[in-house]
Amino acid sequence: MEHADDRSKQVLDQAEQLIMEMQEGNEEKTAQVLAQLGSIRESLLYQEVGKMTRQLHNSLQGFREDARLDSMTAQDIPDARQRLLHVIELTQKSADQTLSAVENSMPLAESIATEAGELSSAWKKFKRRELSVDQFRELSSTIEKFLGDIETDAGAMKQNLNQVLMAQEFQDLTSQILKKVIDLVEEVEGNLVELMRLTGGMFGKPESADEGSVSAIEAEGPYVPGTKAVSENVSSQDEVDDLLSSLGF
Amino acid sequence: MKILIVDDFSTMRRIIKNLLRDLGFNNTSEADDGATALPMLKAGDFDFLVTDWNMPGMQGIDLLKAVRADAKLANLPVLMVTAESKREQIVEAAQAGVNGYIVKPFTAQTLKEKIDKIWERIEAA
Repeated sequence: MEHADDRSKQVLDQAEQLIMEMQEGNEEKTAQVLAQLGSIRESLLYQEVGKMTRQLHNSLQGFREDARLDSMTAQDIPDARQRLLHVIELTQKSADQTLSAVENSMPLAESIATEAGELSSAWKKFKRRELSVDQFRELSSTIEKFLGDIETDAGAMKQNLNQVLMAQEFQDLTSQILKKVIDLVEEVEGNLVELMRLTGGMFGKPESADEGSVSAIEAEGPYVPGTKAVSENVSSQDEVDDLLSSLGF
Repeated sequence: MKILIVDDFSTMRRIIKNLLRDLGFNNTSEADDGATALPMLKAGDFDFLVTDWNMPGMQGIDLLKAVRADAKLANLPVLMVTAESKREQIVEAAQAGVNGYIVKPFTAQTLKEKIDKIWERIEAA
């Protein structure tokens, strides 16, 4: 504080001299003292700016040398990209597996239904005693074939259902991967907030970005519950239907 | 009846294709965006178009506008099946002349209802 005291004494001395010179009407001297006072003030300002610059430099330097931040940009973020791509891969694979199993099962279920329908009407005829011996013989061999088919088809369908079951394992894996990425996003957020705190005070607040004034209508992908713009989105097919019918649909 | 299914995700195309087959529509073709779909529509004799909105290349809304602007295709029924759920988007699609709008995720029942409704309205007109 000694330094500051010296300076205020210096300013005080100059001020006293200024009053004296003014009272004596000594214009030249007055201007001189005023200039001296100004230069003291200027040097004070330069010192402050210098101090702030040094602080900013040190803070940013510290930020840059933060090993965690370094590994985040060098490794974790590319890593996260890879993880998210893997999630897409896993869900795609699961969907493909499930769809294939379903597509393979459909014709089996359809043929069982068709054959059973045919057999059922033939069986009713038999019960009404409308079948000849030959027709009955034919029915009996059809039944035998049908039972064999069911055995094979049901086995195949069971295998397909197992495939659907196994295809759901992606959920466990993707949840774990996504949680890791969420953790990283949180950490990056924390660091960004810190960076804003360090630099924001020095450069003043930036103009707030103009939000959501998109000129043309752009595709935005699925609506995610809990994100912004809730009221702009419909949340069910019923709401779509209501909106369309209000437009005359 | 010949139907063209346009979606950039093959899984979604497969789902829609299977649902349509279950509804008795066996004659379906697929395209992965508007730019691929439009020449197919112009060249083929499609009776119905099911399209997504958000696709790389040509978006579904632009495909719809191109269809309405084409003399030969102008009356083709178009059903949008999309995750785009903003009110202004639905209004935009309606103004562009869409015949039905389904938001994903959707059910087989919804698909059936909307297709039935579109045909009912066309037959009544």
